[in-house]
Amino acid sequence: MTKPTRLIVGPFNRVEGDLEVTLEVADGAVAEARVNAPLYRGFEQILLGRPAADSLVIAPRICGICSVSQSVAASRALAGLSGIQTPPNGRLATDLILAAENAADHLTHFMLFFAPDLARDCYASRPWHAAARRRFSARDGECARALLPARARFLHLMGLLAGKWPHSLALQPGGVTKAVDPAERVRLLAILAEFREALETHLFADRLEAISALDSIEALESWTNAAPAEKGDFRLFLHIARDLGFADLGAGPGRFVSSGSFGLFGPGVWKAGTLSDFDPALVLEDTAFAWMEGEAAAPFAGRTIPAPDKPDAYSWCKAPRLDGAVIEVGALARQVVDGHPLARALISHRPGGSVLDRVVARLLELARLIPAMEEWVRALSPGEAFCAYPVTPEAGAALGLVEAARGTLGHWLTLNSDRISGYQIVAPTTWNFSPRDSKGIPGALEQALVGTPVGPEETTPVAVQHVVRSFDPCMVCTVH
Amino acid sequence: MAETHPSFNVLWLQAASCGGCTMSALAADDVGMVRALERFGIRLLWHPSLSEESGAEALAILDDCAAGRVRLDCLCIEGSVLMGPGGSGRFQMLSGSGRSMKDWIAALAPRADHVVAVGSCAAFGGVPAADSNPTDALGLQFSGWAPGGALGKGFRSPSGLPVINIAGCAPHPGWVVETLAGLALGDFTPDRLDALGRPRAFADHLAHHGCGRNEFYEFKASAARPSDRGCLMENLGCRATQAPGDCNIRRWNGYGSCTDGGYACINCTSPAFETPSGPFQETAKVAGIPVGLPVDMPKAWFVALAALSKSATPQRVRANAHSDHVIIPPARRPPKQP
Repeated sequence: MTKPTRLIVGPFNRVEGDLEVTLEVADGAVAEARVNAPLYRGFEQILLGRPAADSLVIAPRICGICSVSQSVAASRALAGLSGIQTPPNGRLATDLILAAENAADHLTHFMLFFAPDLARDCYASRPWHAAARRRFSARDGECARALLPARARFLHLMGLLAGKWPHSLALQPGGVTKAVDPAERVRLLAILAEFREALETHLFADRLEAISALDSIEALESWTNAAPAEKGDFRLFLHIARDLGFADLGAGPGRFVSSGSFGLFGPGVWKAGTLSDFDPALVLEDTAFAWMEGEAAAPFAGRTIPAPDKPDAYSWCKAPRLDGAVIEVGALARQVVDGHPLARALISHRPGGSVLDRVVARLLELARLIPAMEEWVRALSPGEAFCAYPVTPEAGAALGLVEAARGTLGHWLTLNSDRISGYQIVAPTTWNFSPRDSKGIPGALEQALVGTPVGPEETTPVAVQHVVRSFDPCMVCTVH
Repeated sequence: MAETHPSFNVLWLQAASCGGCTMSALAADDVGMVRALERFGIRLLWHPSLSEESGAEALAILDDCAAGRVRLDCLCIEGSVLMGPGGSGRFQMLSGSGRSMKDWIAALAPRADHVVAVGSCAAFGGVPAADSNPTDALGLQFSGWAPGGALGKGFRSPSGLPVINIAGCAPHPGWVVETLAGLALGDFTPDRLDALGRPRAFADHLAHHGCGRNEFYEFKASAARPSDRGCLMENLGCRATQAPGDCNIRRWNGYGSCTDGGYACINCTSPAFETPSGPFQETAKVAGIPVGLPVDMPKAWFVALAALSKSATPQRVRANAHSDHVIIPPARRPPKQP
């Protein structure tokens, strides 16, 4: 083995927020990776001493791309304190708002964050490059040109149900502040129909139901081959992924977690072909390599005190572990845990997942979400309650869990004398992009990057970019 | 525009931000920010969410701007500037550069013909500056209400303008597009800004203007609980009568606004909105009178008019104020004959 050379990669754009990756490269591949979240904003400190319900204003502002997910986690923690039950309309409206964010984020990730790398000049010799340039170019790709307006009009759902996006206060512990009248219910269906049409025209070139019915690798292959490569951006991606070997790139730790979502995707932990229960009481945040004071702690006992001069630390991100283990969260985890046959089939071939699997799972989930949203809108009952009104106790502790687009998000809230005395947030990318823990075990991305090829002249290796972006990182949530 | 004029170059950086201003702007005019800006010949030299260039390629663009090798018509900063810890700026290092974001901003700002703060964080410090301000977060030219900020009170860009503060958390995409378009059109003068550097195009209005709850406000028929249709000012913390913004004159995400969404305006276009005197969703009162009265309104008149209008509240308005849907519709009577 030749002596490793060090590459520091950044600014890493088309991820949400700030990311720097340090690579030790040997023999044309990544030998070791260290992932640094180089921005600290101190939300967990800012929330301390505030009235409990202020978290509904502060927490969503952790993140502009998963703002609603933060709101839902905060409202669920508050609901946990009071034990309030949300009326069915409130639950449906919350699910619609959350699903709209998840779906918009999946689309944004594909068209703006991930696919533009396929249009890079380094792929100029590939037979698909002209098509990739035309569809996926960051500057004027037709895919984003067609689907950004579709996304914007889809987000009219947020205007109707949540007032605006991002940073809404519509999501409350007892439901939502905005009731839906019969005419608005019709408008919601029209918004969904328009978005469905855009996805079925440009992204999938097929019915959403045809995508969610793909149930094996053979079915995916035969769907890919059933039409010319340029018939739908998903199909074009699959052709490119085959040529670039995305199925063999970026294997993660192979332990997938989902807290479950919408009553549509079941919860659990998937490891080596076995599904078990997800127990958030087994979460510990390790700080060995984070610029943070203190020892590893369960989130209810955790604190956030920066230690910027701590030796050996290399990230503001803590290292959460589940029963001591590194886990991967996100759409792939959700679909695998839920038992979608295609996701399970992908993982049975390669237990750690891959760049291909993550992108496929995200678009599969998008195809599953829109029909579910259509049902939820039809299930709304105008005239019946959308919100219940909790009485928050003066003291207590509760956990709010939610599936953000990027995976499992938890808010661990402790209240004393009507004031927040503890607020710990473990976000999806905190899980996926954590640094090493006190046992020296690297985080999920750090593991997934090992073995990624690096060309001799590359300063910002393109395969590294594919692996990093396949996780759809949200760095602003990671450290908060 | 694009054919007859050279492009108007914008470099967009995210300081300590949540990325929400960009996410909001991505839905601009239902076509997306990039196309909405292209219509005015505005070109993004680099944007952290939208550009192809990553790593060394991106740093090269920043270096070229800082060295004056590339003309920089406008520097947009989204997010507050973190001075900490201990003045080092290490709470935000621009990845791959070994240099703090505050230093990058200090290097780039004098090169830009215009400097624009996108969002209340970049304008005034915003949420990261709340309470104890653990990261020593500043706006570009303000720290809360105090002039100064990261660039200093006296900062003027070569255009002669101070930092242009497109406040809001997040700002309406139209505020971003229309401000940048105004700069690109070349006739943006200092009198288009208010005393806090906000474009008067939106800041000369109040969020209250055009509020869909106007009838409830007029009669002081107030919501008591979230999801009630009544006015949000008396009990639920709404500051729309004090908050600069045309929020209810234009629509958010096609159909919405905060008050139409059923929740209080938190005055997010103003400095220090992040640290209110009490809970965000409760109205601070002294002797039953809200502390924050409508701007420009004498207190005695407010109290007198509120008492009068409460006594005149129609039963319909009173009942609907405490419901999440219309219980009593307006009366249906044929018009009186002369």
